[in-house]
Parts: sequence; structure tokens; C-alpha cells
Amino acid sequence: MISVARDLWFSARQSTATFGRVFLFLGQLVAYTPAALWRLRLVVHQIYNAGALSLVIIMTCGLFVGMVLGLLGYDLLSRVASEEILGAGAALALTKQLGPVMTALLFAGRAGTALASEIGLMRATDQLSAMQMMAVDPVRRVVMPRFLGGVVAMPCLTAIFIAVGIFGVQLVGVEQVGIDAGSFWAQMRSAVELDDISEGMVKGSVFGVACSLIAVYEGYNSVPTAEGVGRATTRTVVISSVATLLLNFILTAYML
Amino acid sequence: MNAASSSVGAGQPDAGSGGESAQKSENLVEIRDLYYTVGRRPVFSGLNIDMRRGRITAIMGPSGTGKTTLLRLMTRQIEPDRGTIVVDGQDLAQLSRAGIYALRRRMGMLFQNGALLTDLDVFENVAFPLREHTDLPERLIRHIVLTKLHAVGLRGAAEMIPSELSGGMARRVALARAIVMDPDILIYDEPFAGLDPISLGVILRLIRQMNDALGITSIVVSHDVQELATIADESYLLAEGHVVASGSPAELHANKSDIVRQFMNGMADGPVPFHFPAPDYSVQLLTRGDRRRRRRDSQ
Repeated sequence: MISVARDLWFSARQSTATFGRVFLFLGQLVAYTPAALWRLRLVVHQIYNAGALSLVIIMTCGLFVGMVLGLLGYDLLSRVASEEILGAGAALALTKQLGPVMTALLFAGRAGTALASEIGLMRATDQLSAMQMMAVDPVRRVVMPRFLGGVVAMPCLTAIFIAVGIFGVQLVGVEQVGIDAGSFWAQMRSAVELDDISEGMVKGSVFGVACSLIAVYEGYNSVPTAEGVGRATTRTVVISSVATLLLNFILTAYML
Repeated sequence: MNAASSSVGAGQPDAGSGGESAQKSENLVEIRDLYYTVGRRPVFSGLNIDMRRGRITAIMGPSGTGKTTLLRLMTRQIEPDRGTIVVDGQDLAQLSRAGIYALRRRMGMLFQNGALLTDLDVFENVAFPLREHTDLPERLIRHIVLTKLHAVGLRGAAEMIPSELSGGMARRVALARAIVMDPDILIYDEPFAGLDPISLGVILRLIRQMNDALGITSIVVSHDVQELATIADESYLLAEGHVVASGSPAELHANKSDIVRQFMNGMADGPVPFHFPAPDYSVQLLTRGDRRRRRRDSQ
């Protein structure tokens, strides 16, 4: 019993210390942001890496999520003869919940792991030490552009996921099962307000900061071995996923 | 020395101010009473070393004696537990972060594996410090980079990427990158490890040439006694946390100390034991060990 309590106390202390270190790291990144924006070329390159290279997976998943949503929504709504509101319901679900959350989970799996493993490998192969020896701060030169790239890319990917998802709902609802197109789009336009879109974009931005921060932190602080880099990559996915779902609950509760 | 160095000089006030008084000093690096511990294992216990300007100083010693750790301490990538390290008249412990970075701009370091940036090609790797620290026009950067690549014989490999290079080529590119800012100090960490005889000869010749042609101070960490003997002006042999012998390579060869003779003649056993400290062999073989529990207890 005492040993369990001691282990719990030790874990709690470790977690608090890690939490503090992550926030200090975030503070450092925020302080470096103005200088990083002067070197826009590096940031744009990372937006391409984190954003453009994730487009295929985001669009593919968005399409299938939308189509499943269309099928399930139609099945449910047709029981109460309310198929016309399929567009409205699906659009709200995608804009406020599914879009930001699914995009963040996919982003953590694709771009987050790439960021963590790339930075971790740079540490393991002494590239970061070499930069320090050349009087170049690796946080400014390597971490900062990648963090900003993720932060900018995530809301854009969220918007694309939502748009493709709605297209998927329309494919099933209008093209396949025959809901009237005019009613489908009109219901959607009347139901979805600017606040709903803002909520989705705010969530996308918050998840973008969280997932990018976790990825660069884990990569930068990874143990410089093959096992260490692998562990950092795994931790990136696990922590990002849990953080996304936790933040989603907090944001949803706050924005209701 | 060239446009790069003149441009860089403007951005390093700390380096210049400390260096003036040190210009009279013959030693560029002075290490005094240095203590450093990793976990519970003491790596250095009272280390004293002087490295003279314009010379090639070799730091030798068996594996695990802390040669690379010493380089990391000398560049303040890590901090010692006790003792002072003075580089060009500046006590590293007293320098601010900006001061350390200013000092590092005057150092070049060749890492054991080259440590080339894998997302950049050879040309961009060598140009990296120039792009980060100077505002030189592209034409001049190209001129400097090609000059340095020519010096290491790899001008023709400028467009190759690091993964296409052999170990020897990667180290030569790293050397070109290390000298691109015309440093005062050039540090080599195990420059001969894993090289074929031709590449090894090339690197040896380059170290000597760079030192003589550029008038820099070179510090070479290695355990390749024969190779170092051909280029080093003075050598230090490290063991058990301190310097056990120093002098020219010839003086080290003539040294009668058991530990020096073991190292210089490559004997497997001696004062530096072949076996890492362990419990009695037969007892350990007959005991049912719980390695996980022992490791946890030791932590």
C-alpha cells in the first residue's frame, strides 16, 4: 500500500515537472515567433511538409467519414421522416466536432510523428549538436519553423476535412439515396451559423498548437538512440490523441 | 582572412574583448582542476591541460576515458562539476549564452560521424554557417563554399546529398563546413574512426595543412596512436580521470609508465583492465540473478 502511494506520488511529481517543462518550452517558442516570421521561407517549407503532404490522407478520410455520416444519418432520420435535415445535422457534426477532432488525430499520426522522428533523429545523429557548435540555436532554426508550420497547417486541414466531409454526405444523401438537393443545401445553410464555423476553426487552431507542440517537444527531448526516437514517436501519437480529446471536451463545454 | 571572417567579426564583441589580454598568453586553452561525474562514475578528477596556440594537440586515451566528454566541456555543451576551462582568455563558466555562441563562431568542430544536415546537399551544408551568421551576397557565398570544398577535394560533390557520400567524404565535407568561417580553433572528434587507408591519409594531410595554412589551433581527440604521432605537436594521454602522460608523441613512446606502455603498444590487459569490474565469475554463474530487480535497486 505504501509502495503504491509512493509510486503514485512519484508519478504525479514527474507529470507535473513534465507539464512545467512543456509550458516553458511553449513560452520559449512564443518568444521566438516574431524572429521566426522574418525567415518566412523556412516556415512556408514546413507548412508544405505538415500541410500539403497531409492533404491526401485528410481528404480521403474526410470523404469516407462524410459518406458514413450520410448513410447513418439517413438511416436514422428516415425513421422519423426527417431526411431533409440530413445536410444540416451532418454539417454541424462535421464543423463542430468530427472535423477538428478527426483532423487532429490524423495530423498527429502523419505530421506529428514525422516531426518528432525527424527532430529526434537529428539529435541522435549529432546534427543538433553540430548546429550548437556552429553557434546556431536549434530551437530557432529547427524546432520553431516546424512548430509554426504545424500551427498554420492544422486549421487549413480542418477546413478542408470539413468541406470534403460535407461533399461525402452530399454524395450519399443527394446522389445515392435521393434527398432533394435544394432542401439538403437550404437546411444546411439555415442551420449552420458563423459561430459554428468559428468553433470548428478555434478547435482546429488549438489542436494545431497542442499537437505541434507535443511533436516538437517529444522529438527535441528524445533519448538519442533508435529506441529513444521510436519511443518519442509513439508518445507523440498517444499524448496528442489524448490531449485532443481532452481539449475537445473542455472547448465544447466552454463554447456550448 | 576573407570576407566571411570580416563580416563575422562585427557580430562578436565578447570574443574580441576577452581575447586581447589573452594574446600574450601562449596557451589558447587552459583547463585547471577539472572534475566531472556521470551518474556515480567520475569521468575527470582533477584534470589539468594546456593547449598551445598554433599547435596540433592530441588528446588520447582508451575508450571511455572521457575524450569526447572533454570536447563537450571545452565547448560548454555540458558544464563541469568543478574546475575552470579558459579558452582564449575567457573563463567559460563566466560567459553568457551570447558569449558562448560568440566564442563558438570562432571554433570549428568535426564530429565523429560528420553530423551533416541530412536535409541539405553538400553545398548548402558548407554554406550553412555563412547563411546563418552573415549577410554575404550569394555570389560571394558560392565563391567561399567552392574554395573550401576545393580545399578538401570535393568541389565536384557539391550537389550530392549526405546519404550519397562515403564516410570519408562526409568527414571531408564536415571539415569544409568547420573551416568555412575561418575559425581560430579546430576541434576534431575521432577523425580517423572507420576510415579506409586512403581516406585516413587524406584526413591526416588535411589536418596538418589546415593547421599550417590557416594558422589555427587544432585539437584532435583520438585513440589512433600511430596516426596521431605523424601530425601531433604535443599529446596528452588520459586515463582514470586525469592526464597520465604528456609530451611529444616520441616522448610518450619513450615513457616507461605501465599504463602509457599498455596504451602505446596496444596491450589488451594491464593497468587498464580488459574486464569491466564485475563480481566473481563462478559466483555470478551459479547465482540465480534477478537483473531487473538489481538494476532497480541500484537506481
